[in-house]
Amino acid sequence: MNKAAGTPVLRTRGLRKEYGKGEGLVRAVDGVDLDVSAGETVAIMGPSGCGKSTLLHLLGGLDRPSGGEVFINSRRIDNISEKALARIRRTDVGYVFQSFHLMEELTAVENVELSALLAGRPPRAARRRAEELLDQLGLAGRARFLPSALSGGQRQRVAVARALSNEPLVVLADEPTGNLDSAATLDVLQLFEELHGYGQTLVIVTHDARIAATADRLFSMRDGALVDETRLTGGTAGNLGALIGLEG
Amino acid sequence: MQQEIVLAMLAKEPSYGYQLRARLRDALGPLGDALNAGQIYVTLTRLEKAGLLAVERSADGGDRSDRKVYVLTPDGQQRVAEWIAEVNWPKPDLAEFHLKLIAASSAGLADPVTIVDIQRRELLRRLRDAQRAAMAEPRHSNAALLLEGVVLRLQADLRWLEACEKNWTHRRSGS
Repeated sequence: MNKAAGTPVLRTRGLRKEYGKGEGLVRAVDGVDLDVSAGETVAIMGPSGCGKSTLLHLLGGLDRPSGGEVFINSRRIDNISEKALARIRRTDVGYVFQSFHLMEELTAVENVELSALLAGRPPRAARRRAEELLDQLGLAGRARFLPSALSGGQRQRVAVARALSNEPLVVLADEPTGNLDSAATLDVLQLFEELHGYGQTLVIVTHDARIAATADRLFSMRDGALVDETRLTGGTAGNLGALIGLEG
Repeated sequence: MQQEIVLAMLAKEPSYGYQLRARLRDALGPLGDALNAGQIYVTLTRLEKAGLLAVERSADGGDRSDRKVYVLTPDGQQRVAEWIAEVNWPKPDLAEFHLKLIAASSAGLADPVTIVDIQRRELLRRLRDAQRAAMAEPRHSNAALLLEGVVLRLQADLRWLEACEKNWTHRRSGS
């Protein structure tokens, strides 16, 4: 299932997004060069207002840059027609948001199948795929529940299932643990580790160190620019005892 | 190994050394891997000399250490009761890091923000290790609870580093 490593699924060059003009000019994203390989988990961390959510929107074609280029699987998407971009958003990108963005009047399985239906899949196939995904994510018994009957962690699982329903090239997550307590956060961390294990390419923007620590690579973002890159895989290979002061 | 911990692990009932070690391992999970069996026996010997515990030979005799049963003396029980009632808490050493940043900056030895970045990388790796270990434990186990504490503490340290970064970035651009 692991796609060939090395080919960037996502690539940006000189990416910029500006708001306002003159004195009021805000450089939300200011010259970002980023390569994300297939199967890689990349986290982007920074304080609120550093531009990380804007960057994520540019990566997924939810917003257009003021300058620079965005490629998904070598295809440039920043200058294509609105119609072509909408298609990319539906088929190549999955989104996970802090506040889940589930339709409250639809059941879990209806939420998950919705994007497949919108992408023109036959209803039966869409339902089957949605049920499979909920199964895989440990929500088999909850498929007919409304979001209001689910815990925060379960709702985020439904949102992740929805993001996966069209087998996207990349899943983009914006503060996926932002609204969750400690136990539910662990649940979502586990889920992202599983996705990573399946070879799903993931980009997470967050200020939660816990989810950031699950990434292969971590960038710090300040004032619209990526300023520090950390590779988290490998590393110390823990002497966990040192963490609780029981040594010596 | 802190003497009171070993004493307290014996409070339940007289035990062989291996039972004591199993109890510690169960309570600590993967974090207990750092425990050295030799250290535990050294501590037991010290506690015996201090009169806080007594050693009984098991029925089948022999003087080998795996045949010894350790029992708390009344003094030992007293010490455990005091320890349980004590209010103490490990002190994180934040001042050292804080002073390192100040010294690096004032003497022009290094960029404090770079020092913060390096420290953050290390803490994130530890956080990753601790979380991985937590995910591998059953949800409500002793070890999972301890690891949750480790994770929360690292998070707090990382938040402080964020504050350090903001502050030193601000000072750098302000000067």
